[in-house]
Amino acid sequence: MACFVAPAVEAIVVTVATKVMQSKAKKSATFNTEPEKEALTTTGKNPFVRRMNWLNTMLWGGSALLAFEHIWHGEVTPWFPFLTAASNPADASAMLREIATVGVSMAVLVTAVWVGMVLVTSAMEKKALKLQTTASVRG
Amino acid sequence: MTLLTTLFAAIISTVIWYQKAPEDDMKIGTLSLMYWGASLMWLVDAIFEYVKLKADFFTPALVDMVHDFYLGLSVVALGLVIWLVILLVKDPKGIVKAALTRKK
Repeated sequence: MACFVAPAVEAIVVTVATKVMQSKAKKSATFNTEPEKEALTTTGKNPFVRRMNWLNTMLWGGSALLAFEHIWHGEVTPWFPFLTAASNPADASAMLREIATVGVSMAVLVTAVWVGMVLVTSAMEKKALKLQTTASVRG
Repeated sequence: MTLLTTLFAAIISTVIWYQKAPEDDMKIGTLSLMYWGASLMWLVDAIFEYVKLKADFFTPALVDMVHDFYLGLSVVALGLVIWLVILLVKDPKGIVKAALTRKK
């Protein structure tokens, strides 16, 4: 009905959080090019902050493709109230229940997978760094 | 079927990204993350549907499968369009910028 709303809301929150972090970092750094600007979120010590763009892409991409599926099924319309289920109280209640169960589960699963990805890649980075340090000490 | 179609798109784009890594001039990483996000969301949808339908979930009608596959292909096409727009706007290789600023 409108399950994509929950991950879409999370995507908005994550985007705003990323922008806030970027503007904070902007105050302490100067850059001239787009890659330098992008690098703000891919540098730093906290691996979760560095990989925020992964979560953002998964949430926005997933929500957009799911929204398309809802348009396909006629559940989203370009006119008010935009969600066909919102036009009568019985359907609206079912829609809210679906957002709270299916939608929230979607947002939780995507976030959990992202946490797993960050933990694994950060462990791999640490291992590679350790090997590099050991090799340079021996060499 | 929509889940399977998107999942295959996610796997294929990840394999292409891995072949080209660490370079990602074509932003294949973005495309693959988009498909993975959608696949995970449809997986949750499928789990909830399985809980409701039980064994019937695995025996869909042929017409429903064809319809869902058609939807899946459309979803993959939309993902490619979004990726293309991101690629042209971000223009990591500077090709669009060079073409626009080229003197005739």
